[in-house]
Formats: sequence, structure tokens, C-alpha cells
Amino acid sequence: MNDHVAVLTKSATEEARRPGLLRRLRYLEPSNMLWILLVAALLFLVAVPIGKLLVVSFEQRGTGAFTLSNYVTAYGRARYLEALGNSLMLGALSSLLSVVFAVPLAWAVSRTDMPGKGLTWAMVMGAFIMPPYLGAVGWILLAGPNSGFINLAWTWLTGLQAPLVNVYSFFGLALVISLHSFPLIFIFVKSALDLISSEMEDAANILGAGTWTTTRIVTLPLVWPAVLGGIIVVFLETVALFGTPAIIGIPARINVVTTQLWQFFEYPVRVEVAAAYAMPLLLITIGMITVQKLLLARKGFVSQTGKGGERRPIKLGHWRWAVLGYCGFVGLLAVLMPLTVLLQASFAKAWGRGLAWDNLTLGNYGYLLFRHEMALPSIWNTLWFSAASATAAVVIAVLVAYIVARRLVPFGSVLAFLAMAPFVIPGIVMAIGFYAAYAAPPIALYGTALIIILAFTARFLPIAFANSAAAVRAVHPEMEEASRILGGGRLLTIRRITAPLIIRSLIGGWLIVFIVASRELSAAVFLVGPRTRTMSVLLYDLSEAGNFEVLAAFGGLLLAITLILVAIGMKLAGRDFMLRRN
Amino acid sequence: MSRLVLKGLSKAYGPVRVVDDVDLTLQEGEFVCLLGPSGCGKTTTLRMIAGFVEPTAGSISMNGEVLSAPGAVLPPERRRMSMIFQSYAIWPNMTVAENVGFGLKLQKLPAAEVRALTKQILEVVQMGHLADRYPAELSGGQQQRVALARAIVVKPAVLLLDEPLSNLDANLREEMRFEIRRLHDEFRITTVYVTHDQAEAMATADRIAVMNAGRIEQVDAPHLIYTQPRTRFVAAFIGRTNLLEGRLTKNDEIGLDGFTLRPAQLGQRMPDAAQPILLSVRPQAMSLSRHQPELREGWPVLPATVAQRTYLGESWDYVVRPQHSGLQLRVAAPPRQVHEVGEEVWLELDPQQIAIVS
Repeated sequence: MNDHVAVLTKSATEEARRPGLLRRLRYLEPSNMLWILLVAALLFLVAVPIGKLLVVSFEQRGTGAFTLSNYVTAYGRARYLEALGNSLMLGALSSLLSVVFAVPLAWAVSRTDMPGKGLTWAMVMGAFIMPPYLGAVGWILLAGPNSGFINLAWTWLTGLQAPLVNVYSFFGLALVISLHSFPLIFIFVKSALDLISSEMEDAANILGAGTWTTTRIVTLPLVWPAVLGGIIVVFLETVALFGTPAIIGIPARINVVTTQLWQFFEYPVRVEVAAAYAMPLLLITIGMITVQKLLLARKGFVSQTGKGGERRPIKLGHWRWAVLGYCGFVGLLAVLMPLTVLLQASFAKAWGRGLAWDNLTLGNYGYLLFRHEMALPSIWNTLWFSAASATAAVVIAVLVAYIVARRLVPFGSVLAFLAMAPFVIPGIVMAIGFYAAYAAPPIALYGTALIIILAFTARFLPIAFANSAAAVRAVHPEMEEASRILGGGRLLTIRRITAPLIIRSLIGGWLIVFIVASRELSAAVFLVGPRTRTMSVLLYDLSEAGNFEVLAAFGGLLLAITLILVAIGMKLAGRDFMLRRN
Repeated sequence: MSRLVLKGLSKAYGPVRVVDDVDLTLQEGEFVCLLGPSGCGKTTTLRMIAGFVEPTAGSISMNGEVLSAPGAVLPPERRRMSMIFQSYAIWPNMTVAENVGFGLKLQKLPAAEVRALTKQILEVVQMGHLADRYPAELSGGQQQRVALARAIVVKPAVLLLDEPLSNLDANLREEMRFEIRRLHDEFRITTVYVTHDQAEAMATADRIAVMNAGRIEQVDAPHLIYTQPRTRFVAAFIGRTNLLEGRLTKNDEIGLDGFTLRPAQLGQRMPDAAQPILLSVRPQAMSLSRHQPELREGWPVLPATVAQRTYLGESWDYVVRPQHSGLQLRVAAPPRQVHEVGEEVWLELDPQQIAIVS
């Protein structure tokens, strides 16, 4: 053994004699090379498209000379300004409705003895994984002014001809949006409520406060930051949303920022005007996320990390049936009703004739699977675009997360910043940036699969990064050091110790990116070419054509694929892998 | 032959010198504790020995060969050391046996030998019956034993321990303390042990290096650290003590507030005449009595008043004020020796137990 040590240490003394050479070699260490590579990749994915967007908005078409005329065009018409106002109002109304749906549900599931918690949870999950534009189609079938099922039932019951509800209205649009965004607030508020120990409530009880007073003045104020955070996220999601406003808003003549941006992309494409018009969306997002951070950083809001103490559910007595009824009502609106009519329509010869044996057919599915020229290619496109971008995002994210967490290079935080930056860039703005930067020659990626994959990768990088960073953080550095001191090199240690410990979380992260990418519409719709249509874009095309039976059948296919993926995810990464709050 | 030598070892993060000019030599098979408050640089020193941290100055060498110097650090995996971590760092995805056999496999030993050595060491740490369990199924103490087995089985040149017992409860901590010392007596591996717990250091170490603010204050056998602290910090950090300031008088006595001592009786080196003298008097070095004790040559006896008392179960902790003096002294007394607050007592000092700190 002594000989061994002598041999090993001899090389160390040789190394000690040449610190100069060693120091130069250290700069060529693999982790430094990787760092440069990652910075380049992140600049290409994140910084260049956004930079290009800014530049283009000040450029004259063709010449590239500096001009402000794009901004004049973008904000020079009342109709465009009105769209901006509509977006803000829609965002506010949708987030308000989401709070009304989400907070009672979160409270009931987290803090009370309400029955049917599992069912409520499954329903929220369902509302979350159902692509919002599918919900929009379902609600057109339910609440279309003339032939919607709710209005038909109303006429049958009362004999009145005037429709009860109209989805093609501002409130209808906001309602449909909030029915698919309230799960975000639910997740935020529920995880905050889960952290509050019963002792906090006991402390108020012992001083004489009843259940309702306690809930109102102790419990809810403690989760207020979570509610606020949720409101901001839903607001931002709504103003950046394309699908639902396009499917419901355009027929209803409600113009919002995203649909207006889409119109700037109709022939002749006016990227520079779209770029100028996208700026408020970008600024609002950056501004509101900053506000959110500042609010949450304030002292006093940290008390929600209260640990210890048992958690007892609040006994609701007979009220629990009322609370359950409300949960069921939300579930009916968000999942059951739209899903039922969609499935009905997908198996119907004519959806308006309702459920009847002679109305049943598999023809809609048959048409899509065997005769429609774009349906199968679009499914294939969706699957492999999503798989490719999920892989790219997770690989980049885990490398960045590892380098940052282990402090392998100086300025590692630059990497983390770039990886998280797309979080404040709405998908639709990102897509316009990609179009501006890479669609035209010399790179000429327009209509290729690559531009979509790259855009998806950039868009969902923050999700992958948050997931990977949490996974890497969960591995104590001493786990790796224990292997190294026993004779394992860095690479062997990563292969034998780190990788097995994080692989499950990474698979979870991969699936989340895959699922959100497979239903992504607002970025895809700007970047697809004739051969690279995804399912979501094709679904939007079908909705414009107005054949609701085929549209519903295609929605059914999309939903089936999503459900299979979610089932795989739950099996591999745990039941709540999509609803976990990072 | 000396084995592990730290020479002028320093580590600075920016302007902050976390480890400052540390010199330490470990003999073959010696067990040395780095003891100090949190933030004193002891863990950084240990991690430099392991090769995880590069020194900014100085060197670490083994058998005269340099392992670490600024710009030239032999990576941890090539040092033939092993380490026990504060978090145990037991890999949750491997069984106990796989954890313990990991280092042996890396040494490319044949599978049969890996199995035999693993089995053998697991018996030594009394974990043989749990070889096929996963770490999540083990208690904290059992995980600690796995960590010990994993570190010892590779017969490392140096064994490093980083606060290994700080996550255990008090009883288990005491048990593992003796376990660690027992394993050291059995295998005689050169060991560096980092802790902030002086009882742990006393129970395990051959020598203790007390660290403070990045520097080593004193390196000595545990009983010498306690009875002959060389700096104010060591005297105050190890156990409880009364620190008294005095000065050499004209007739070569140490003048204190209210009484004098003769240095010859302290049985220690003569203090420097010009400097103020700092004395450490342990509470056990004094005794209280109701009646004036017989005078002994060189044992100062002073009348005093009891100012405070605290009953600790194993002893009384009295605070007394000698008359004609501004001093307040803590004195330990047996549990059955009861004095009321305000009572007049006689205080006697044992000069043999008084240490000249500086």
C-alpha cells in the first residue's frame, strides 16, 4: 500500500512543480468548455430571438433603416388599442373567476373533512391537462347562442326563444379561459395551505375566534401571497393565450392582442409591426413577475413555512355537503360537461341531434385516421417535435443545473439566468422572435421542423430547469464526495451515484415538457409550415372550417394521447407529478 | 516517520482568510481532533486534506510527497483516503452491502474478495444482519455504522471524519464516540476528526488541535489542553474556567486582585516580567469551607461571600466574591455541600491546578 501511495504522490509533486502549465490546462477543463457551449446554446435559444424582436421593431421593412413607423402603425388605430384594453380586461376577469373557482376548492381539499377529496383532485387534474382550446370547442357546443345544449334545454323547459347563455361574449370567453386556468391557483393555494399547521388556527381558537372567523382572519391571510402569485400567473397566461380567444373571440368579434398579432401575420406578413405590437405583452409580463417577486419577498409573508404541529381537518358538519356540491359544480363546468358533449359530437353523424342510436358513428374517427391527409402526419409531428424539444430542454437544463449547483465554473449564475429567462417571455412573443430571427435567410428555418423544436425547447426550458435544479439540489454534494474520496472520478461518480438518484425526477420533468409541448398552440401557430402542422394547429384549422364532428373527433384523439402520457407519467414519477409546485 | 504534514496551509475566499497558516503533523496511526467553534475553519482544513478544496497558500504532504499546493491538487479519488460525512452520504439507491463494497469494487478487487471483506467489516460494526437492507430502512445510528464500515473497509491511508455524530441524539452520540475510538484501536488508521463538541474530542483523540478564526491555537493531548491551556481562547473554550489577570510583583510573586501567588508553586514556566499575566483557574481548582482551613504552603486562602448558586445535580456551581477584591469566581462543590447566598465562606486555591495562560 505504501508503494501505491508513493507512486501516486510522486505525480503530485511533479504537478506541483509546474503550476503554470497546470493552471493553463485548468482553463481547458471539460466543465469550462461545456460552459461556453451552453452559453452559446442559450444565447441562440433565448437572447438572439428576443434581441432580434427588439431590433426588428425599430427597422424599416426591406431596408433595415431605423424607424419608429412600426410603432406608429401598431398603435395608430383605435381597433389595435382596443385589443390591448380587451386583453387586460380579459386577464383581470379570468383571474378573478379563477380565484372564485380555485380558492374554495383548495381550502376544502386541504383543510376540511369534506368527502370526495380524491374526486375533486382528479377533476382539477382533468381541467389542467385538458387543452384549453378543446374546452373552448366543448363550450361552443354547450352554449352556442342557437344550438348549444344548454340553450336548447332552456327553450325546452321554458318555451322562451332567447338564449340563456352565449359563449360568444366577453364573459363567456373569460369563463371558458378561467375554467382551464383555475388549477394553477388551486396548486399555489393548496400547497400554501398544506404548510399551515393546525396550531396556527388553534392559537386563534383559544383566544375566542370561531371556525369561520379563524379561516377569514388567520388562514386565508396566510395564503394571500399564494393567491396573489396565482392571480398574476393566470393573468399572464390569459393575456398571452391564443387558442381560446381565436376560437371564441374571433367569431364574437372580440379582438385581443394575441388574435391581433395573428392578423399581422396574415399575408402580407408584417413581422416588424407584430414585433412592435408584442412589446406591451413582454413588458407587462416582466413587470408583473417583478412585482410578484417583490411582494413575496416582503417580510411577514415567510411565516407560512411554519413547520411541525399536527394538521387536523376542520369539521364542517352538514356544510360539507354544500362544499362538495360547489366542487362538483366546478367539475361539471370545467370537465364533465365539455368532455361529454365533445365525446358525443365525435361519435355523432350530426352533433345537434344529440344521443341517439341512429346518430352514432365511427365515421369521424375513420375519416381522420384513414382519409384526412394531415391528421396522421400532424400526430406524428406532434409526438416527435415534443419528444425532441423535451429531450433538448432537459439535457440543457440538467447540465446547467449541475454546473450551477456544484459551482463548477465561475459565473455559473449567468447560465441559470438565461435558462430561466423564457419564463418572462410569453410563448407568442417568443414565437415571433424566432420567426424574426431564424425564419428568413441566411438561416432560413421557416417551415422546418427545427424552428418549432427550437422554439418549444426555449419556451419550456424554465420548466425543465426548475425541475432539474430541484432534482440536483436534492442530491447532497457529500453523496458525490463520498464516492470520490473512495476512488471514483467525477464522471464515474456522475454515472454511478448522481444519475441513478436524479433520473426519476428527470423523467418526470421530461414528461411535463412533452405534455405541455404536445398541446402548445400559441407558439406553434406562428411557426408551422404546410408540412410541419402539429395537432394543436390542425385542430385550430378544423375549428375555422366549422365541422364540429370531425373537430371533436380530433380533439378526442389529442385527449387520448395526452391521457396515455399522463398515465405513464403518474406511473413513473408519482401521482401529482404535473401539479407539483416548483 | 511522520505521515501527514500540513505546512503553512491557508485558504482565503476573497479577503476572508478562512484557514490561516495552519501547521500540523500527524504521526502514523495517530488520531487528531480539530476542535473549534463553527466557522473556525476546521471543516475547510479537512476538505483541503481530502482534496475537495484547493489551498491558497501552503501545502499538504504525505510521507514527504506533496498532495496539495496552490495550483496543484491531487484529486480526491487518487489520495487513498476515506471520509465520513456529516450527512453520512449513504447512497439511498444501494443496499448496505453495496454501499460498503463500493470502494473495494473501485479498487478492482475480485468479487469474492469484495464480498468477504464487506461481510467481515459489517460484522465488526455489528451490521452483518442488515447487509441487504436499503438505507431508508435504517436508523440514524445504523446509517452511521454503515458510513464507518464503508470508510474503514478500504484500509485508507488517512481517515477523515467531518462532525460525524452531530445528527445523532445524545445517548447514541456517546455510544458512537466509543465505537469510533474502538475501531481506531483495532485498525490504527491515521485519523483526522473534526468536531465542535469537546467531549467528543476528549473521548476519541490522541491529540486535540483547538482552532479559532482559521488558526490553530494549541495542539496537545486532551488532558494537557484542559489543564494547561496556552491561550485565553483555549482556556475559555474548553470547559469552564475563571480567567484572572495579574502582574509580576517586585518580589517575584504574581499579584492578583486581592492576593498573590508564587510562580514556583504553579510548577510551570516563569512568566515574562514585563507582560500582564493571565491565569486560568478551573472551578474544580478551588474549594469552599465554613471554617478556616489549615494553611498549606503556597495555597492561598481567602474569606469570601457567596453571591449566587446553581444546583446542577452532579455538583453545585457557586459564584463567590473574595473580600477586599473585585473578583467574582465560579467554584464547583459536591452536591451535598450547601451554602446559602450571602453566607461567609473560606475559599482555598490549589496552585497545582492553576495554569499560566500567557
